[in-house]
Amino acid sequence: MKPLEDYLIVDFSQFLSGPSASLRLADLGARVIKIEKPGTGDICRTLYTSDLIMNGESSVFHTINRNKESFAIDFKQPEELEKLKKLLAKADVVMHNFRPGVMERVGLNYEDVKAINPNVIYGSISGFGEHPNLKDLPGQDLLLQSLTALTWLSGNQEDGPVPMGLSIVDMLAGAHLAQGILAALYRKATQNIGASVQVSMLESAFDFQFETITTFFNDGGELPVRTKTNNAHAYLGAPYGIYKTNNGYLALAMGSIPVLASLLKCEALLQFPENKFHLRDEIKNILAEHLQTQNTDFWLNILEPADIWCAGVLNYQELFAEEGFKVLDFTQKVQMLDGYSYETTRCPIKIDGEYLTSGKGSPKLGQDNEKIIKEFIAV
Amino acid sequence: MKPLEGLVVLEFCQFLAGPSAGLKLADLGARVIKIERPVKGEACRQLSIKDLFVDDSSLLFHTINRNKESFAADLKNPEDLILIKKLIAKADIMTHNFRPGVMEKIGLDFSESLVINPKIIYGTITGYGNIGPWAKKPGQDLLLQSLSGLSWLSGRKSQGPVPFGLAVADLMCGNHFVQGILAALLKRAKTGKGVLVEVSLLESVLDAQFEAITSFLNDGGQLPERGDVKGSAHAFLSAPYGVYQTQDGFISLAMGDLLFIGNTLGVDLNKYADKQDWFTFRDEIRELLAEKLITQTSDYWLELLQKEGIWSGKVLNYEELDSQPFVDELQLKQTVQNATGEKLVTTRSPIQLDGEILTSTKAAPSVGEDNIKIHEQFLSE
Repeated sequence: MKPLEDYLIVDFSQFLSGPSASLRLADLGARVIKIEKPGTGDICRTLYTSDLIMNGESSVFHTINRNKESFAIDFKQPEELEKLKKLLAKADVVMHNFRPGVMERVGLNYEDVKAINPNVIYGSISGFGEHPNLKDLPGQDLLLQSLTALTWLSGNQEDGPVPMGLSIVDMLAGAHLAQGILAALYRKATQNIGASVQVSMLESAFDFQFETITTFFNDGGELPVRTKTNNAHAYLGAPYGIYKTNNGYLALAMGSIPVLASLLKCEALLQFPENKFHLRDEIKNILAEHLQTQNTDFWLNILEPADIWCAGVLNYQELFAEEGFKVLDFTQKVQMLDGYSYETTRCPIKIDGEYLTSGKGSPKLGQDNEKIIKEFIAV
Repeated sequence: MKPLEGLVVLEFCQFLAGPSAGLKLADLGARVIKIERPVKGEACRQLSIKDLFVDDSSLLFHTINRNKESFAADLKNPEDLILIKKLIAKADIMTHNFRPGVMEKIGLDFSESLVINPKIIYGTITGYGNIGPWAKKPGQDLLLQSLSGLSWLSGRKSQGPVPFGLAVADLMCGNHFVQGILAALLKRAKTGKGVLVEVSLLESVLDAQFEAITSFLNDGGQLPERGDVKGSAHAFLSAPYGVYQTQDGFISLAMGDLLFIGNTLGVDLNKYADKQDWFTFRDEIRELLAEKLITQTSDYWLELLQKEGIWSGKVLNYEELDSQPFVDELQLKQTVQNATGEKLVTTRSPIQLDGEILTSTKAAPSVGEDNIKIHEQFLSE
């Protein structure tokens, strides 16, 4: 059995942050019902990236919302709201990522839901919490990366701000909400009390940078300085970085410079007796020039047997061809109710030796209305 | 009362991924006891950035291991091993990130730990899983970023691979580990039996790319292609998405109606009327916007943009961020103190419960700081 079997989660959230949390809970075994606006549904359904449309909807939506049901209901209508409340009364978890104030206005804030379901776990994700000056700002990933200074850690010194090329803050906030909900469910299971769980993208972006922000708090307020070339971490010395070779790229993590100098037969490096942090730009320059003279495998064949932390740099095509990737069975095929099937990734957690997979694709808008009404509302 | 109060976690993990999970469990109320080798302790104690130390241990170690206890024991010493087994008998959760085979040799793998404690939740972190040709590879963050395709998503096309400047594989994996352990607690509450939870850095850093990988799987295997203009922010998103230089700094523009944004900024983009063009010609569109945005200050543009509800914001650095009033108003910092009175300022848990932030003033322990107390509480009979 999956760990969250028999748990019911009613999810009002849209886009990525909230839905990524409910996807994780679904994969862990919970039944997740998406509450969507009739006609349009989760806005993510039409949020196309690189214009990829699958079965009439965005690839992003299909990725994030597999293994869920959809209940289309206009809960701004009082009679519809009353129906919805019958479902909410049965839920273990109710969650949303509306801006502060929205659920209050429709009469579904924590207190409202608690009145019909005293032990409910009520989860929410916002951009900035309920701070009066911030609560109306858009909680959007790039804007949060920009605000929290995350953009000064990647790329090279002269590149200006370089955002991380994924909606990383959304995903972190989703991961943290899932954690808070699971912890609250555990308390509910042992003590039978409900909870309100709140996370914000702002706090999640701080948490992600806990090492570098704590360094800033304690080093006299020095700003991070990226290396001029081959930067992979503003606070780490050479050789830490990715280097061009004759036919590709090579990643080098921590390692002793004298040892590297002799293994790579790089004479110019011999002038550096130790890993001198303040000389990292010079060291990286020499390494960069030297590593271009041979292909990636040539270097890996020298460095790997000597236990130097290194790797080739792969793209998705190359990764998918590797045995080390294939043994993970990391992709799975899922199927929608209309028969459309697609390949996607699976949950990264293994429980009792088994992967948490599910063949259930994303739902068409409102596809489960009839079943849900029969099961929870018409009774 | 914090949700995990009363639970005891034995943390055999080192470095970042595992201990970052232990920190989350501690902040949620669990009692986390680090099991460390005597004298030297966990390897991360000597791993510093900028040579910053708080006491005998690095600031880095302190950041990751606050709010925990330390029990020093030598797993290779039979007498110490007996003590550890007694502790396992009383614990709820144990975690480790040794390479495959190490715990088997010591005699503390999952099946042996289950004999000691049939209700134990046993969590492991590996780099690449337990099987296959990569199982013995070093599970180091930059190597995981490089192998998993992640380095082709940030920066510009002509730059080659650009890694994330943080240990993102470690941190995502730590987050997944917490989820798995908490789910296992729910399973145990139903079945009364121990649970094995396994995560790997590779699966976690792939999960972070679930959107990009699903695109790759369904668009005929096309590789993500980044824009080639400074400030490119996402390989899959259309203009104006990205960072732009202004007269006195940088601002970001997220997704929005390009023509409306152009009108608001006074840039004629009408020839890009077709939405498809916003992706196809994103580089030339972004160049046009960049030419305009450099002519005025960040505040000038943001006032104009935000008045129209356009998703935009300033790019701050740590100094500017730290001076924002909300940092104190939201209590984003906390001060922790060690047993000898040394204090340091750090961040706090990102999760709020019942309207309360989860804080703790307890700093990281010294090696074996809690041996006597733990002996008395768990091992004295």
